Amino acid sequence: MSRIRRNPPGVDPALLVRDAAKLMPDLTRRRFLRGGASLGALALLTGCDIVDGASAERALMKVSYFNDRVQAWLFNPDKLAPTYSDSAVTRPFPFNAYYSEDEAPEVDGQDYKLEIGGMVDNTKSWALEELYALPQETQITRLVCVEGWSAIGKWSGTPLREFLRRVGADTRAKYVWFRCAEGYSTSIDMATALHPQTQMTFRFDGEILPRKYGFPMKLRMPTKLGFKNPKHVMEIAVTDKYLGGYWEDQGYNWFSGI
Amino acid sequence: MSIELTHDQALTPPEPARTLIHPLWVRLTHWVNAVAMVVMIGSGWEIYNASPLFPFAFPPAITLGGWLAGALLWHFAAMWLLAVNGLIYVVLGVATGRFRRMLVPIRPREVLADAKAAIARNLSYDDLSIYNAVQKLLYLGVILVGIVIVLSGLAIWKPVQLQELAAAFGGYTAARYVHFFAMAAIVAFLLIHVIMSFLVPKSLRAMSVGR
Repeated sequence: MSRIRRNPPGVDPALLVRDAAKLMPDLTRRRFLRGGASLGALALLTGCDIVDGASAERALMKVSYFNDRVQAWLFNPDKLAPTYSDSAVTRPFPFNAYYSEDEAPEVDGQDYKLEIGGMVDNTKSWALEELYALPQETQITRLVCVEGWSAIGKWSGTPLREFLRRVGADTRAKYVWFRCAEGYSTSIDMATALHPQTQMTFRFDGEILPRKYGFPMKLRMPTKLGFKNPKHVMEIAVTDKYLGGYWEDQGYNWFSGI
Repeated sequence: MSIELTHDQALTPPEPARTLIHPLWVRLTHWVNAVAMVVMIGSGWEIYNASPLFPFAFPPAITLGGWLAGALLWHFAAMWLLAVNGLIYVVLGVATGRFRRMLVPIRPREVLADAKAAIARNLSYDDLSIYNAVQKLLYLGVILVGIVIVLSGLAIWKPVQLQELAAAFGGYTAARYVHFFAMAAIVAFLLIHVIMSFLVPKSLRAMSVGR
């Protein structure tokens, strides 16, 4: 469910495909837990469906919000994710999304303008050449997917905190929100946005970020699960308003720190 | 001064006062743990299915959560129940001397002898307040595996913030395998444990009402 897919050794690609289908947002699903199905094992054991699906879901979401706060408290802004050598990079790096690789959005780099909004001094949008001219860093870190698998990648770009400084962002704000070309969105806490390894990424493994990995820009955070790393970012907004995100609104834990 | 005994009293030995086998805190933590375990294992199987470590998946009928997000919600809620309850159990087990009194020493020779007797259906279950060597080994073993499954779970949950812990397991991926095998060991324990409770039903009564 992280947005990068791979076929790890020993894992049946057919299983992964079936699994991806299962992760597709179901428009008919209004509840995260799918009622009885979610309680299947419990109902089986007790012999009756004693727990009402909707109230169980409300209780579980409360715990999930509590877990957001616990994770924010656990998050050490100075703790760096382990880095690896170039030879440790997973090649080819997995592609994972709720759409197939050939359905990945095609963003025209010539017309691209990164929009900036919310609590910033300067809302001027940024062309790709301007972004490429910013100071660049490379990190080789492990991407951990919410599904459980992980892979090591090599990402290059600008620390988000450097960019936030340049646009005069109010770093006392609670959240940074990202809107993506395919309609995806996510939001993160300010502490993670200011983490030294949180990166606006323009290159992957030495190449201009390919379409499948999020051309022209993605956000790379080795301190969060893969699905919190948005690809094809079109807009960044600094805000105090909780805006959730594509997967978060379907029941995935919002903070999802690792 | 003479004591006159009635006919009944003279002929039947006094009813042994049923001593308390399991104090209230043991029974409470036991059953809270049972619920937490079922939720953790059921949701854990659903989470496993999202990216299986081995070429098999758990049948959805016996998993909890319906899909990955639901399973994660259950797993990360029941973890508090499991951890807090488990902590209370271990602290009280050490503080009251119950672990020292009932779970040690474990002598391999006795384990072997009692295992043989158990298989031959020759082992006495008369006094439930004294554990046989096989019980001691399994109970102490499952407590230790419980500690391993919590620590490996923390390593998988926070491989960056708790990277030292993850490294102690040999890294994030190795911690996933440790977590899985600890689950398998606990499930194996549960199978034996539940079967034995049905073979010796008074043990179920002792764990419910204490005597």
